[in-house]
Amino acid sequence: MGQTLFEKIWESHIVVEKQNEPALIYIDRHLVHEVTSPQAFDGLRMNDRKVRRPDLTIATMDHNVPTSDRSLPILDQTSAIQIKTLENNCKDFGIKLFDINSPNQGIVHVIGPQLGITLPGSTIVCGDSHTSTHGAFGALALGIGTSEVEHVLASQTLWLEKPKTFEVRVEGKRKNPHAVTAKDIILSIIKNIGTAGGTGTVIEYRGEGITDLSMDQRMTICNMSIEGGARAGLIAPDQKTFEYLRGREYTPKNYESLVDSWKDILKTDSDATFDKQFILDINDISPQVSWGTNPGMTCDVDEPIPSPDKFSNGDANQKRGAEKALEYMALESGTMIEDIKIDRVFIGSCTNARLEDLIEASKIVKGQKVASSVNAMVVPGSQMVKKQAEEMGLDKIFIDANFEWREAGCSMCLGMNPDILSPGERCASTSNRNFEGRQGNGGRTHLVSPVMAAAAAINGHFVDVRKLDLN
Amino acid sequence: MEPFQNVKSIITPLDKVNVDTDQIIPKQFLKLVQKSGFGKFLFFNWRYDENENIKSDFILNDSKYVGSKILVAGDNFGCGSSREHAVWALDDYGFSVIISSSFADIFFSNCFKNGILPISLESKTVEKLLKETNVIEVDLENQIIKTPSEDILFEINSHKKKILLEGLDDIAQTFQYKDKISEFEEKSTVPSVL
Repeated sequence: MGQTLFEKIWESHIVVEKQNEPALIYIDRHLVHEVTSPQAFDGLRMNDRKVRRPDLTIATMDHNVPTSDRSLPILDQTSAIQIKTLENNCKDFGIKLFDINSPNQGIVHVIGPQLGITLPGSTIVCGDSHTSTHGAFGALALGIGTSEVEHVLASQTLWLEKPKTFEVRVEGKRKNPHAVTAKDIILSIIKNIGTAGGTGTVIEYRGEGITDLSMDQRMTICNMSIEGGARAGLIAPDQKTFEYLRGREYTPKNYESLVDSWKDILKTDSDATFDKQFILDINDISPQVSWGTNPGMTCDVDEPIPSPDKFSNGDANQKRGAEKALEYMALESGTMIEDIKIDRVFIGSCTNARLEDLIEASKIVKGQKVASSVNAMVVPGSQMVKKQAEEMGLDKIFIDANFEWREAGCSMCLGMNPDILSPGERCASTSNRNFEGRQGNGGRTHLVSPVMAAAAAINGHFVDVRKLDLN
Repeated sequence: MEPFQNVKSIITPLDKVNVDTDQIIPKQFLKLVQKSGFGKFLFFNWRYDENENIKSDFILNDSKYVGSKILVAGDNFGCGSSREHAVWALDDYGFSVIISSSFADIFFSNCFKNGILPISLESKTVEKLLKETNVIEVDLENQIIKTPSEDILFEINSHKKKILLEGLDDIAQTFQYKDKISEFEEKSTVPSVL
């Protein structure tokens, strides 16, 4: 019987395998950032261990970094210490670091692909749950905890239980691909499978609705696999994938021969079977807006907020969860999404802060002004994205409309730096998590696409972007 | 890691589903560079209001549950961020067993690296335990939860059980396979980054 893409990558990375036990899997790429690594390096020091393969490891600082003027010192002393700690650790252990002043600095999941570090068929780990982003290139990319970061630093391997396989097939064509985006596809998927729907599995996204997408869009899809509970998400590489990685700063010298070796192998065989399947038809899907406190609590922009009864489908726990969520969000079921007023707009994060996201959002913003009641910001995913956007004049479009134009980092996706919501503030955000307090204690997050966020900024409330001219 | 011992304690019932790691340990506490001392920040935004006054309606602030070592919660516990700080906070606060109807994968894996036992049970059993007010005993060796009214058996992967019972150091275990790792590297076709 044939194999799935995941099974092929898994099998080609087994170092040790025993029956009924986890397998020891080799890791080809290890991405390190400042928040989940200090305790791992400490562990190495305590046991007098070194980093086995510094040449397969790279680091950057993204979670904590201020997105304001980089020439100023970091005022938050604990953040400054954590950033300094990463610098020292990289120096001590011989790891390549893209530091706060590097032109390659950025969110780790944005820079990996941009630098050609992410490769098809490889295994990639990072102490961050959104590592699944790299799966867009046909890599097996896993988020791990700090103990596992230490384990990979020391041994370049991980003990892993083999996940199940989950086919998510996206069929059909969007009528207006500028208004209904990759973000709306993945939010629709999570809304349907639930936030634990993918637990214990690796999702492979397949079908016309996926192969039609650009690489930036595919990364948005794979990025949020973890929000559906999956261990990882991946997409088989094709010409778009190979073209994207060609000629980047760290693309391997023997790239063309690698592409030749990948072409025929890195795909799911026609007779392979999956443990689980979900099919989404995207012919008629709408822009999505989350209304609750997890990404599964999402509805169409032209729908009212569902009642807890309708949402929970008879599950008492889910119903209680929905009631709590509405209370936290200060919303009532039955309210139309377009009637929800917002205070803040955040265009950024490893989900939606790539060049294409900013280009699409800028089309809505061009020649307009942010509503007077709204504070809006754009945080490019990397310094390279920022530079490319500035070369295209996108910064001017956003700044002229009264958006703040920032330096690269995770920023208000999780608010570890000074970019946070105040209690009670409501935000249209292109990030990935609408958890309670995620963007600031008491803050209320609505997850949307970059075009939906941009339109909300201009209008002061959500609007259905299908009504706008986006072409 | 210390070997896991049987746990006798009352249950702290946290009757919520989809408890994410952002709730278990909010982001402002992830800036610390050590592993210790996270217990006082556990469920911070549920335990304290904006002025850091204690919220009396949150379960951890009920004096009845002081010293409890067993947390029982609803479905999909530990979802979201991979932050191991969530497990460090639960451990430092004093919990050594977490019971739920399901766990998010990364959180589940992080537990075993820190000597915490996550137990997955059927929803209806979890519902029952959420109402259990007596001291119960968790016996990992025999995979039994003993309550005054019944013994509940639980499943655990034998490898994971061994890690907890023996308090094994993962990396030291892996180093037994150094030759295999070297062999793999010799035949690997994935080039270095640099």
